[in-house]
Parts: sequence; structure tokens; C-alpha cells
Amino acid sequence: MTCATWTDPAFLGIPVAEGRILRIERFAIHDGPGIRTTVFLKGCPLRCAWCHSPESQLLQPEFMPKPERCIRCLGCTMACPHHAVQPAADKGPVAPDACDTCGACVQACPTGAREFVGRTMSVDALMAEIERDRIFYDESEGGVTFSGGEPLMQPAFLLDMVRSCRASAIHVAVDTCGHADTGALLEVARDADLFLFDLKMMDEERHLAYTGSSNVRILHNLEQLAAVHSNILVRFPLIPGVNDDDENVRETGAFLSALRLTRVDVLPYHRAGMAKYDRLQRPYPLADTQPPSADTQAHVVRLLEEYGLIVRPGGSS
Amino acid sequence: MTERVTKLRQQSLDRKPTLSSERAELMTAFYRDAPAAPLPILRALSFQYLMDRKALYIEPGELIVGERGPAPKATPTYPELCCHSLEDLDILDSREKISFALDQQARDAYRDDVIPYWRERSMRHRMFGELPDAWKHAYEAGIFTEFMEQRAPGHTVADGKIYEKGLSGLQAGIDRELAALDDLHDLDAYDKRQQLKGMRLAADAVIRFAHRHAQEVARLAAAEADPVRKAELEQIAASCAWVPEHPARTFWEALQAYWFVHLGVITELNTWDSFCPGRLDQHLYPYYKREIEAGTLTRERAKELLQCFWVKFNNQPAPPKVGVTAAESGTYTDFSNISNGGLKADGSDGVNDVTYLILEVIDEMRLLQPSSNIQLSKKSPDRFLEKACEVIRKGWGQPSIFNADMVVAELVRQGKSVEDARCGGTSGCVEAGAFGKESYILTGYFNLPKVIEVTLNDGYDPRTERQIGPKTGDPATFESFDQFLEAFRRQLQHFIDVKIAGSHIIERMYATLMPAPFLSIITDDCIRNARDYNAGGARYNTRYIMPVGPGTAADSLSAIKYHVFDHGHVTMPALVKAVRDNFIGHESLRQLLVNKTPKYGNDDEYADAFITLLCDWLFTQIDGRRGPTGSVYHVNYLSTTCHVYFGSVCGATPDGRHAFVPVSDGISPAQGADRCGPTAVIKSASRMDHARSGGTLLNQKFTPALLEGAEGLDQLAHLVRAYFKLDGHHIQFNVVTGDTLRAAQKEPEKHRDLIVRVAGYSDYFCDLTKGLQDEIIERTEQKQF
Repeated sequence: MTCATWTDPAFLGIPVAEGRILRIERFAIHDGPGIRTTVFLKGCPLRCAWCHSPESQLLQPEFMPKPERCIRCLGCTMACPHHAVQPAADKGPVAPDACDTCGACVQACPTGAREFVGRTMSVDALMAEIERDRIFYDESEGGVTFSGGEPLMQPAFLLDMVRSCRASAIHVAVDTCGHADTGALLEVARDADLFLFDLKMMDEERHLAYTGSSNVRILHNLEQLAAVHSNILVRFPLIPGVNDDDENVRETGAFLSALRLTRVDVLPYHRAGMAKYDRLQRPYPLADTQPPSADTQAHVVRLLEEYGLIVRPGGSS
Repeated sequence: MTERVTKLRQQSLDRKPTLSSERAELMTAFYRDAPAAPLPILRALSFQYLMDRKALYIEPGELIVGERGPAPKATPTYPELCCHSLEDLDILDSREKISFALDQQARDAYRDDVIPYWRERSMRHRMFGELPDAWKHAYEAGIFTEFMEQRAPGHTVADGKIYEKGLSGLQAGIDRELAALDDLHDLDAYDKRQQLKGMRLAADAVIRFAHRHAQEVARLAAAEADPVRKAELEQIAASCAWVPEHPARTFWEALQAYWFVHLGVITELNTWDSFCPGRLDQHLYPYYKREIEAGTLTRERAKELLQCFWVKFNNQPAPPKVGVTAAESGTYTDFSNISNGGLKADGSDGVNDVTYLILEVIDEMRLLQPSSNIQLSKKSPDRFLEKACEVIRKGWGQPSIFNADMVVAELVRQGKSVEDARCGGTSGCVEAGAFGKESYILTGYFNLPKVIEVTLNDGYDPRTERQIGPKTGDPATFESFDQFLEAFRRQLQHFIDVKIAGSHIIERMYATLMPAPFLSIITDDCIRNARDYNAGGARYNTRYIMPVGPGTAADSLSAIKYHVFDHGHVTMPALVKAVRDNFIGHESLRQLLVNKTPKYGNDDEYADAFITLLCDWLFTQIDGRRGPTGSVYHVNYLSTTCHVYFGSVCGATPDGRHAFVPVSDGISPAQGADRCGPTAVIKSASRMDHARSGGTLLNQKFTPALLEGAEGLDQLAHLVRAYFKLDGHHIQFNVVTGDTLRAAQKEPEKHRDLIVRVAGYSDYFCDLTKGLQDEIIERTEQKQF
């Protein structure tokens, strides 16, 4: 997937007025102020080795079976028009080439063992879902958070959503990895109230090695965004052996401080995502990495604070 | 917590409930040689006989005195209402849960004395002799329960008059009414005179009981070597000589005055929901303020006194219950539930310094009794809610939170004056009442899922093998959903009629056979009406029916409509057969019903329409109907532990629920049915019209990690405020323990709604892998308390 094409909605096969949604989480209370609804958009340009949400990476719908629920009723195999499916409990190939993700097996499954992630929703339909919890946003000064994946991977849809929310007086936060079309980002910035901006590491080579992409565009985008938007919370995922060295932390602090950004959350690496790799039958890249120690976290917080930053330690990503 | 309180609290926790035959023996002795007197006077004399003779108990170090039994947790019995058989006593003694140890002396007294006299004279015995077969068959099938078969009507709460007037002040009111009786023109004057005389005698009984304590404590003071304790005992003796006869003079006396009145109510009869001081912060505040300003009381001392007062409640377990009544309310809790905050009579915010003090007491005491709640109005300060949430978040279940504005709206809709409504609150579990002025009697729980089962069986109950309802047609032949709904509506109407017919009999029996003169004195307007509490003497007389399992019932209706008539996933005969087979051999269908049915609790209009429909029907069929004492029926949605009992007598249901497992509790979604988080539950729950109820109960679960930190606390408070903006009545939060999570691992289906904070996100616990589940269990247990 190249940068030249990933912003082109036509390439994605989704009409501009529709988006591909991974899931919608209501009563999200850790993705910005107040009680929020977090909309996870599916698809991400990065492939971070520590990603705890691997099912969000591909834009296409995917099956994410829950084998422990399967009762082997064979409803799915009988429903599949392409004979591409076997019960979720029987891990193994499902003839992926024959599957056109029509969803017949999901419909037929009585237990929910066959689950489809990545549904297509119109702006109106998604707005209606968001509106459901308006009374809670009003009460708590909360709102909606667009997260992912990378929400800016569906820029036209995101822009429509952000504008619709603004028109409906709903507070909007955008949780981005920063690897996005600069024009789209700045356009979204006109109507978004808050950015949660992930900054992983400063060294380009290392960034490429651990995320599959260079960080040049990310750093550039953060500079551009900081120039026009006053409410940016930087999130620094702390991954032992990857970005917890003093050099990277200091460079990060210096970079943010130069941009006059002040708020950083340090999000310690955790291994909760491992199980999802198993379900997607993908290998887990950081099998040997352990969460950072309390000492390491405290040390990193101290280093960042030397740059005049307001650091919240121990938040989670 | 002071050393004294720590010790008293621990003693109370350590004591095991026992059954005391003292009251039963005294009542038997009195009635054997009872004088010839009109019934209210006879009851009052029996009460005097008890209060003059029962053993006194003073705990070393305590500041509030008086016990119901001969010792703390020694629990009396009420053979005039329910005469336990020797077999009942054995069950009470030996059962695993909620047992009451009894000694050979008590057993002998029952065998030789109590049982021979009361066996055929008890209300329970006479009641079952009077109730019609249709009622008994429905009762045995588990369609409904009956509150008054072992315990007396009560379900009421004190207002402020006992502190301000004292019992002598109330007696003066009785004397005025007696003097004004006109035998020539008032054709009920004779009856009224007997009622009023009985009340007067009953007040004397409690005053004399307090005086007996004054003498006993003075004796202990004289013998006390420690000068500090000696002074305390002298003070207590002086208080007991003064209150509750006269108006309380101090904060301390106010608590002691209430406590004697409390003991009077719960000794006269075994009233349901024992009794309760209600708006304690309002009643105590004038004393507190005056004494703090005068420097005669410190905040610390006030707190210690309150904590000693708390211990007294915990020393009084609910009277021993057997059979269905034990199943519907399987707990030692006797439902004293103190209201804090709320509104004043003029509609202004009622939160005061004592409110905050009581929140601290609740936090430190962590006792089963008294239970506590906050009455949150839109006028209540956020600080009040925050302080309460801090306690709630600790996760031991108190205080619960009520919408004070909604409680007022409900009471006013029922016909109370707005002032009486504002001075009311909630008691028991969630029941709205006008404190000190209303008799609001719970008549029984009503099993909605069971009515679905009976409808699916054309009026027949498979468990008791009887035709208990009308023949409304074989559902296998139904060609439209409306046909099923109509059959269900007819069954519902039938059983509500059967229930109310029985309640009429019971209401009349209590009115004519079991007056409660002492409770009548402290409930307006029994004195002015010269009529007993149990005969409709109160200003407001309410009868509640409590439908249980609306979640399970709504989901069952939704499943039938969705899968049979809307989408044709299954035919009606196949569904009926699967349900009758308890889904054995139909697991695939059951999974479909469990997992792919629109269910209540998910902010899903399709499913929630059934809750709305059920509530409409129940309201139409129940609300406003009249009882024989002038009482009026209303609907209340609480279940205590009855959802477990009702489940145990109910076969499988079309929502995929297996036979004999619990049905949904209160207005909470069925176990595991809500999959969209707490905001969706709240949206669904607010689709029913709470204003047309006398209370609803919503349980929410959370894991400690979900609401950590200042932000978590804020969001908990916001969640509550939003629910109340949507006119919700009540919400309570239960912390999820490691045990619950382990149970969820074993039986994921019943716990599909359990949301846990995993790391940077929340997820459904049952959807996590075993390893991750284990880790979260470990983490949850570390976070508790």
C-alpha cells in the first residue's frame, strides 16, 4: 500500500459518504475528557510491532473468530456459498481466496463465534449511533473520539464526521498516529477540538524498522498541526528495547518543547493484545518483550519533565 | 473509628444470630390468661406485658442502649403471626444460609407451650384457611409470593415527630381526640375510643420500657469503678428517664429516643422492613447545629454516637423466615435503609453537615444494617454526589443512589401533597414513601417470566401439573405475534386479579384481627382518624405489587416476535417444543435465541418496546385499584432475592434461558443480555416511565480498575446525573470481585455483560482468552479495598 493511493477513496472501494468501522465503544472514559463514544475506524498505514489492536490494521473486513464459543453446529459451512468455511473451533485454513466476505457464515452462526470486524457505515448512520449518548456527553463535557486504526486513513469520511459533530455541538477528539495526508489533517484540525497524537520515536531508521514506515511525515505533520491547533495531547507509548533509551526520550522532549507542546501521556507497553494475534492467526512480533518496570517509567517521566513538559505517567494506550 | 466503636462493631459482626423464645413465651403466657377487652386494648396490653417483662441487655461501653431480644442478635419470634413448627425450628437451626441457632430450652418451650397454644390461632394458619384455591394454586406454582403470610404489614418509616413531640406529646393528641368523641352523632365513636385507648397504652409500654433501662443503667453506674464510664452511664440513665417520653434535648438523646421507638415497632409485631429513621440527617441537624455552636458536642463525638447507633441496627437480624418467604428474601438484612440528602419541605436542598458526617459513618462502619442511600436532587451539590461516589467506588454496595426529584414526582402522582412527598424518601429496597404518614405495603412479588411459561402452555403449569390460568390457546397454532401477546395479556390479567383478590382477604384480616397500636401512634393520621395502622388509619395507604423479571420477560417476547414472526428462523411449534424440552437437543436454536435476539439493556428500540409494553400493561392492570381499607394499588419494580426463587420455579424461556435458573433482577437487563455498556443500559432503563411506579431498581456492575482515579470518580457521578436527567429512580453499583470473574470463566453465558478494563481499552471479560482472564482476576483482587 503506497502513500500515493491510500488516500484515494475510490481505491478503497468505499463511497466517500461511508466509512469502514472496526467498532464503536460507548462509555469510553480514557480517550479524552468526560464520557465519550470512541469510534474505531479500521485501517492503519503503520504496522507497529507492539500494536495491541492488530484487527484494526487492514482496511478490509476480516473474520475474527472466537473459537471457544463454537459448538460445531456446522451452520457456517452449510451457509457458505463458496464452501470456504469451516467451524471456528477448527483452526486452520478457510480457503481465503474463495471467501468474498459476504457474511453468510456470520449470519448463520448462532453463537457469535464467527465475527466479522469492519462494517461499512454512512455518516448519517454513524451520527445516529453517536447521538445515542448525547445526554452523557452533555452531562460530563465528553464527546466523541475518532480512533483506529488511523482515522485519517479515511480522510473524506472523517472530515464529514468531524464537521457533522461540530454542527451538532459534539466535542470531537481525533486519535492519530500522524502518518497521514497533511492537507487532510489540517482540514480536520479546523473542526476537531482535541488531538491525541501518538509520537513513537525520533530516529527514522528505527521507526521504519518497528512500524514499517518512516517518521518524516509524522514529525512534519506534528509541526504543522502544532502551528494551527492549540489542544494537542501527545501520547508516547513506552516500549522496552524499542524507544525507552535516554537518547530517544531526550530527542522527543526537545522536539515537543521546540513546538511549544506541553502535555504528554506516557503509555507503558502491555501484552494484552497477544491473544488477538492468536485469533487472527498471525505471529506476535514482540513475543519476548516485557512491560516496562515502574523504575523505567519514572525515569522516562523525569527525563521528559526536564523539557518543561507536563507528563502524566502510567496512563495506558 | 474510636476504640470503643471498633470493639462494639467487631462484637456485632462476630455474634451469631440465635432464635429467642422469650417473646413467644411471654405472649403465650399473656394470651392464656388474657383479660376480656376489645382487640386494640388487648393488643396494647399484650405489648405492655412484653415490654414490662422482657430481659434488658446493656453492652459494656455502648452509648445507645436497648435490644429487641434478651441479647444482641437473639431474635424473637411472633407466634401470633407465624407459629413455627418443631420442624421449622430444626430447619432454622441447621440450614446452611441464614440460620438461627436455638437451644433446648427454646425448643422445649415451643413444644410444650407455644405450639399447642398458637398452632391454630396464628394469622398464617387462619389466612391459608381463608384463601381460595385459585390463589393457593398460583402461589404454589410460583406466580407470586405473599409478604404477610409470616410477617406483619409495616413498610413504613419515621418522620421527625418523635424527636419534637415525644410520646407524651402524642398522648396529649390522643387525649384531645378522646375528649372530642361524640357518641350521639359519631356512630363509630365506640370503636374509635378503643383504638385511641389502645394507642395510649402502647405509648405507655415504650415509656415504661425506657424507664426500666434508666433504672438498670443507673444501677450499673453506681457499681462502675471507671469514672469516665460512670459519667457516661449516668448520662444514659438520665436520657432513658427523659426520652422517648419527652422531646429530645440533645443529639445523643435524639438517637436514644429513636432507638426506643424502633424497638417498640419491631417488638410489637415483626413488621416488614423493620423500621427506619428515614431522613436522619434532617432530624438530627437542629440538635447538631445547636450543640456544635454551644460547644457541648464535637464532630468526633457526634460521629461516635452515630456509629454506636449503627451497631444497634446490626444487632437485629430479620426475624426468622421459612418456606417461600425465606426464598424471596434470603438475608439477615431487615431493610432499614437510611435516606440522606434530598429536599426539605419547602423544596430547597436538604444536604447539611450531618449528611456528610453520615457518609463518613457509612464508609467506616460497613455493616449489613442499617443500609443507606443518598437522595440526589438536581439541587444537591456535586460535592455530595462525589463524596457518596467515593464510598460507592470502594465496592461494598452502599450507599445506593436515588433520584429525589423523581421520588417526589412519583409520590405526587400517587396523590400526596408536595410537602409530604419532599419529606419522604425511599426505604426497604427502593420503595418511595411519605415518611411518618404512609403505610406502603408490599403485598408480594409477581413472576412475569412464569406468566410467559404458562402462556406457552395454554394456562397449564408443567411443574405443579395443574391448570392454573385460563385456556388462552395452544401457542403452536398461533399465526401472529399479536395472538401470542393477547394470550399473554389475558394470563397476566388473570393472575393479577387472583393476587389482588387474595390481598383483599389478607388486608381485611389484618385490619380486623391484628391492630398495631404502637405503630399507629407514630404514623399520621392514625390518631386523628382514630383508626389503626393496619385498618387504613394512615394519611396515605398504598399497596404495591412488584413484578419481577421484566428483563427476562421482555427478551422472551422479543425472541418470539423476532425469530418466529419477523424472520422465520424458527416456527412457533418448534420453539414451543424446544422450550418445553428445556432446549435439550436444541442447543443450536438456544444459542441463536441467546446471542442473536434484540435484548433489553442495549439501547435497542426493538427490544425496549417490550419493556415499555409490559410496564404499560402492569400499570393499567394494577395502578389505582382499591383495597378494602381504602388503600390504593401501585406498581413497584424490585426483586430482593426473589428473582432467584422465581427462576427456580420457572421452566425454560424463549430468550434461551434454561429452566430453573434465576430470572432478571429489578429492572436490570437479564444476566449477560446487555452488551453495549452502562450508557446503553441506562438509555434502555429510562424508556420505562418511572413516574408511574413507586420505585425501580437498577443494578450496575463495574470492576475497580474501570473507575480508578479522579476521572473515574467524575464519570461515575456523571453517569448517575445523566440517568436521573432521564428520570431514572434508582441506581446502585456493585463492584465485580475475583469470585464473580471466576464464575464468569466457568459460565460465560450468564456473564456476557461483564466489562473489564483490559489495558488501554475495555472489553467483555468472557471474550478474553483464559490467560488474560486470569491476569485480570489477579489484578481485580489486588485493587479491592
